[in-house]
Amino acid sequence: MNTMNPTVTSEAAMPEEKIVSVKEERPAETVIEEGKTVGHPLSDDPKFKLRNVEVFYGEDRAIKNISLDIGRNEVIAFIGPSGCGKSTFLRCLNRMNDSIDICRVKGQLAIDDHDIYDPKRDVVELRARVGMVFQKPNPFPKSIYDNVAYGPRIHGLANRKSDLDDIVESSLRKAGLWDEAKDRLDAIATGMSGGQQQRLCIARAIAVSPEVILMDEPCSALDPIATAKVEELIAEMSESYTIVIVTHSMQQAARVSHRTAYFHLGHLVEVNETDKVFTSPEHELTESYITGRFG
Amino acid sequence: MTDQRSQAEIVRNSLKRRYRKERRFRMYGMLAIFIALASLAILFADIITKGHTGFVKTTITLDVTLDSDMMYLDDPSDEDQLSMADFVAPLIAALQEHIPEADSAAEKRELGRLIGSYGASEVRNLLKDNPDLLNTTQTIEFLAHDRVSTYVKHADNPRYSVKLSEQQQRWVDELQEKGVIDTSFNDVLFSRGDSREPANAGILGAIVGSLLTMVVTLVIAFPVGIAAAVYLEEFAPQNKITDFIEVNINNLAAVPSIIFGLLGLAVFIGLFGMPRSVPVVGGMVLALMTLPTIIISGRAAIKSVPPSIREAAEGVGASKMQVVLHHVIPLAMPGMLTGSIIGMAQALGETAPLLLIGMVAFIVDVPGGFFDSATVLPVQIYLWASSSEQGFIELASAGIMVLLTFMITMNALAIWLRKRLERRW
Repeated sequence: MNTMNPTVTSEAAMPEEKIVSVKEERPAETVIEEGKTVGHPLSDDPKFKLRNVEVFYGEDRAIKNISLDIGRNEVIAFIGPSGCGKSTFLRCLNRMNDSIDICRVKGQLAIDDHDIYDPKRDVVELRARVGMVFQKPNPFPKSIYDNVAYGPRIHGLANRKSDLDDIVESSLRKAGLWDEAKDRLDAIATGMSGGQQQRLCIARAIAVSPEVILMDEPCSALDPIATAKVEELIAEMSESYTIVIVTHSMQQAARVSHRTAYFHLGHLVEVNETDKVFTSPEHELTESYITGRFG
Repeated sequence: MTDQRSQAEIVRNSLKRRYRKERRFRMYGMLAIFIALASLAILFADIITKGHTGFVKTTITLDVTLDSDMMYLDDPSDEDQLSMADFVAPLIAALQEHIPEADSAAEKRELGRLIGSYGASEVRNLLKDNPDLLNTTQTIEFLAHDRVSTYVKHADNPRYSVKLSEQQQRWVDELQEKGVIDTSFNDVLFSRGDSREPANAGILGAIVGSLLTMVVTLVIAFPVGIAAAVYLEEFAPQNKITDFIEVNINNLAAVPSIIFGLLGLAVFIGLFGMPRSVPVVGGMVLALMTLPTIIISGRAAIKSVPPSIREAAEGVGASKMQVVLHHVIPLAMPGMLTGSIIGMAQALGETAPLLLIGMVAFIVDVPGGFFDSATVLPVQIYLWASSSEQGFIELASAGIMVLLTFMITMNALAIWLRKRLERRW
């Protein structure tokens, strides 16, 4: 049983992140008002409508009363210091937290006005609509072809071999991996480079034609060139998918996202147009973070 | 404060000590491995020197004239006549041709004792099956008597006592010179069941018994063990009952095997009224004994599947069962197989629980099925090793070699399977 706290794993692999004591640096007068988010957390035509979301790990309240809308075909970046709950919040969107026994989610979470946490809701169907790409590239130890074909196979999306071939090719093309992989589709996926593996994981996620792709620090294990390729890919994909990306790199957030949400100790402090967040943040915590005073 | 130079000197001096310590540490490890290897070598050398003669049989080849007057037998198809006839007389006559000096009644009897006690019945069966052979001369190969065999094989070995008279020894030497008495590969060992007579005893019955028992064990323990491991690891809720089951499985792995024998005796034989001494019951008892090993190794193998693979599968919308069947079990399979084969090898070498369910009986016939009385290799070795006849000592060692061959084969199979599966994944 996987009881590992996902936020712990994702933060643990960031040794270059310097952890400066938050309390010392934070101006004394800064108080976070619970449930109060500055900026524009809501939108008119939301894909996700999230109201008063709280997440508990046992007795620990990891997410504190967050309300947020995520727009259709929008790229939204979640930023914030380690342990602020952004990965946890991301994982609520396709119920990846379900497999953690001690994790409880409260509040209203809806995709296209359908409750995500409805007990009658089939989580398999949800995950087919909301795909996910993880921090560490995690291809199956199978061939490149089988990796991409796995999702369509289990969902029965292709009845004939030729249909499946088409899905695999178009997914790999969208992930910008086709030229590199077309001659070795039968090669084992774990033999590829880290950047290729991550793009393969993206191809695997889009093979089931999801509406939303969640990315949990997708570039943190990649070198700058591979990172650039993935970012390019995100820009292209934003035309047809809603993308939620958690990142530790503020430059990355600035480059790829339309809106940026700043998390702090389980609170959603500020949500705004990305330009606005990085040029004129409204909340002083956001300002401290993006200017590198802590985090 | 020490200056830099003296500090470097201190480090240099301590380095010497550190390296010495490291060398010593390495030496301990090498010594341990040496002791282990030496013990193993001594064990093998001992077994092989004692047991290699078990693979050799002593035969007496004679031209036997199947004279009807000598045997008091006119019609070999008549059961009454067969049971009354004297089949020893033609054998003695045939021997006498090579040893003419033995002509008194006592000497003839002594001569006849060179041939194993089943010689006469061999002639009888030959005539019963082929009545036409009456009054013809046939070349027949007999197994020599155990005492002759011991003399031929171990005359110089002080650990064996020769139980032939001086006269008999002379005759055997003479027959050996003439090529009547000869030694060859002991095919009897691999083609027959147990016998009271070492020369006639074979291990085939025990091999077949072991194989049948292992099949039952595998068929029960492997699926049940894997299913239990998968359920406990993947589906069981985290609560008191699961904890309780877990603790008990770990405890079961440490229960002495003879207890499982008692359980088999009480439950399978006593309660369910299943027959004694049969491979089915033996296999069931050994399956119970092997289950904890398979479950524990299976769980460890499942635990070692990286969580990222599970997340990846869940992320594209695989259901719990699909995650388990498509990803977790295939990845855990090499580890599960290794654990299972080690458990099976352990069961193959197990004696104690089988003694209690009656698989220790003296069984001559090679078992033909799961419900035939049978014994198994280690029990057969135990029976032979505790036997008083000299001829069984070498057979016991030969049996150990056969058992070890099986074990090594199983372990090699485990390694091969693991390599193969790992390459595929």
